Amino acid sequence: MKIKPYLTKYYSRYFVFLVLFFVNAGVYANVEQKADPKVELGISEYTNTGHDKVVAQKKLSKSTTDHSKLKQLEGPFFSGPEVTKACLECHTEAGHQFMENKHWTWDYKHPKTGQHLGKSVLINNFCTNARGNEGMCAQCHAGYNMTDSDFDFTKQENMDCLVCHESTGTYYKTPTTEGNKACSVMFKGKPAIEWDKVAQSVTMPSRNNCGKCHFYGGGGDNVKHGDLSSVLFDPPKDVDVHMSKEGGDFSCVTCHVGEGHEWAGSRYEMLVDDKVGTGKPGMPREAASCESCHSASPHPIDNVTGIKLNSHTDKVACETCHIPAIARGGVATEVDWDWRTMGKLKDGEGFKLKEYTQGDGHHRATYKSIKGSFTYAENLKPMYAWFDGTMNYTTIDTKFDPAKAPIDINSFSGSHDDPGSRIYPFKKMHTVQPYDKGNNILPYMSLWGDTEGALWGNYDFGKAIEEGMKKNGIPYSGEWGFIETNSYWPVNHMVAPKDDALECAECHAKDGRLSGLDGFYMPGTGNAKMLDMLGLIAVLGTLGGVLGHGAIRMIATRRRKNNA
Amino acid sequence: MPDTNTHTATHTKRIRVFKRFERLWHWSQMALIFTLIFTGFRVHDTHGLMSFSDAVTIHTWAAIILLIIWAFAVFWLFTTGQWRHYIPTGENFIKVARFYAFGIFQGEHHPYKKTYRRKHNPLQALTYLLVKIVIFPAIWISGIAYLLISFGLGSWLQGIGMDCMECIATVHTIAAIAIVIFVIAHVYLLTTGHSFREHVRPMITGYDDVELTDEELAYLRQNEPDAIKE
Repeated sequence: MKIKPYLTKYYSRYFVFLVLFFVNAGVYANVEQKADPKVELGISEYTNTGHDKVVAQKKLSKSTTDHSKLKQLEGPFFSGPEVTKACLECHTEAGHQFMENKHWTWDYKHPKTGQHLGKSVLINNFCTNARGNEGMCAQCHAGYNMTDSDFDFTKQENMDCLVCHESTGTYYKTPTTEGNKACSVMFKGKPAIEWDKVAQSVTMPSRNNCGKCHFYGGGGDNVKHGDLSSVLFDPPKDVDVHMSKEGGDFSCVTCHVGEGHEWAGSRYEMLVDDKVGTGKPGMPREAASCESCHSASPHPIDNVTGIKLNSHTDKVACETCHIPAIARGGVATEVDWDWRTMGKLKDGEGFKLKEYTQGDGHHRATYKSIKGSFTYAENLKPMYAWFDGTMNYTTIDTKFDPAKAPIDINSFSGSHDDPGSRIYPFKKMHTVQPYDKGNNILPYMSLWGDTEGALWGNYDFGKAIEEGMKKNGIPYSGEWGFIETNSYWPVNHMVAPKDDALECAECHAKDGRLSGLDGFYMPGTGNAKMLDMLGLIAVLGTLGGVLGHGAIRMIATRRRKNNA
Repeated sequence: MPDTNTHTATHTKRIRVFKRFERLWHWSQMALIFTLIFTGFRVHDTHGLMSFSDAVTIHTWAAIILLIIWAFAVFWLFTTGQWRHYIPTGENFIKVARFYAFGIFQGEHHPYKKTYRRKHNPLQALTYLLVKIVIFPAIWISGIAYLLISFGLGSWLQGIGMDCMECIATVHTIAAIAIVIFVIAHVYLLTTGHSFREHVRPMITGYDDVELTDEELAYLRQNEPDAIKE
């Protein structure tokens, strides 16, 4: 076979990849369990994003176009932007449409709070900030060449159509810039992308497309959300009744519907009280709510339980009962991150300690030199709170009082008395992370890059904050400390089959799941203590009264008989 | 035996005091009230002897059936004139109260005899009246309100300012406790007087010894001959 010269370097990378694969592969291959080391030198953040789990795609629609037959996609293509240009030749409006999409803009103006949000500005309590670290984080930007915060958002050819639409499962993205010597090496040596093949494979997005980023949010499998993990590439029915092949075999876009490259399901402004429900027959609903398919009265009304459950839906979100636990199916989620231990080295080199073995047998890092210490959880009961759908964020502009720690990265409102609120499940993430001690704000850190300040390689919070703030022209007091933070992730996925939904007594009980919520009456919680006490006294008093009365009668009768 | 009734009682006859409907009403009500107490206090988390959802289901059905029976009972009471038995009376009230407080210990006989017009003693009549006009209405008004919320009709209650779940539940619980107390006292009082069996028998067979005046006896012989056992 004649190898084209431009491909040879890819094949040599492929060889390096293979070598590295066999060194580290145990982590991802069940058969290699025993070779899976618990201590691993190096600080690779390489994450297998389910390439090995490509599920043959069901035809989502009876499309009138077979893209593999199109002249425009014959190629040859040598880069992503070339493919995008070809797409836009026919899809004349797609570029304009996608220009408004959060996956492209990383920018969101909250319609209710007015806050300026989006990945380009937000700080979270995982890796903290994408801003200034685009070289690494833009692997999950639906575009090409976002290397820093000065990306040109008007250049349509930089849109990445393939990441969402290709269906071969061979497409991937790498960091757009070099990292520190210590970490950059791991991102090399992957098989070359066959641009022609992936371009011709385009179709509606499948879970392989969405999952490659969304199942790995926060830096690894299920790290961030708890209800979005690689298990969902091919989940058993008990993990996700909708996405399982034995269940609905849904892809993400079955529920996250929309038109014109805008679709439903934002976590910034959530729809928690969908009153429209299923709508009229044939009525298009651009809502990702449960109600949009199931209505707000989905339980059968031929029995008391069903009727009673239907009268819960104005107070309790569907997810609360139908997602009994998160991080199901063998992949753990992170619940606690402690940045304080960052920077320990072995022989001057960063390392990972993998002391958590999750349900599917894989070891998860409990310590990473570049990130600190982690705590994991599986089959985790969510936390519950009244939620009206609106999220408020602690942004770079938010000054807080450190005495009030833990600081909520995102907070929300909602109450029993607000008809638009529901009891909603959340994954709560607790972190100890650096903050600007002089200005009382969460700072931007420089994590990635071949610079003096980048944390990953230099292991110095002070320098990382200084560099991160300087890049963005934000004043830094020069003093930093650690602060506790919490973030809250609404839970919507991993809906269980109906038989696994919560029993009444999971909540209607003393110390039930909702025992943290107050301000409303809920039967079965034993919360009418005063009344119960009075009732007990009254009943026991009556019993004592009649028993006493009876005893005196017996004594009196006996005495009379004796006297007679 | 001192004759405590004011009118001249000349005959003690065994007649049918509790009609078939009344007996059916009493025993089905008993069974349903026991069911409701058991399941209701499960829902209230007083005990955990069955699942919460089963308790809710059984409680709801038992309540609906009892409501229907009550509807019939109210109709029956008013159409037959039997409601008159529950009109409070001061006559002999003190004597009966005194009997339970003292006389019963000294071997005295119950100062009250069933008459054709009064099958309950005055203390009993007052208690049943209070149960019928205070405790039962409290439990069924709160219960129906609760059911309406369960059936998704809570907005009806908002209109009349009765949608406070906690208030509804509190009234319902207090009434339930009152019913438990009533049941305890009611069962205990069956042991007083002649014997437990003698007290229960009339509610099963319908027949009990009743003091009849000449006129009443004549009336019964004329109009309801099978009501008298001779």
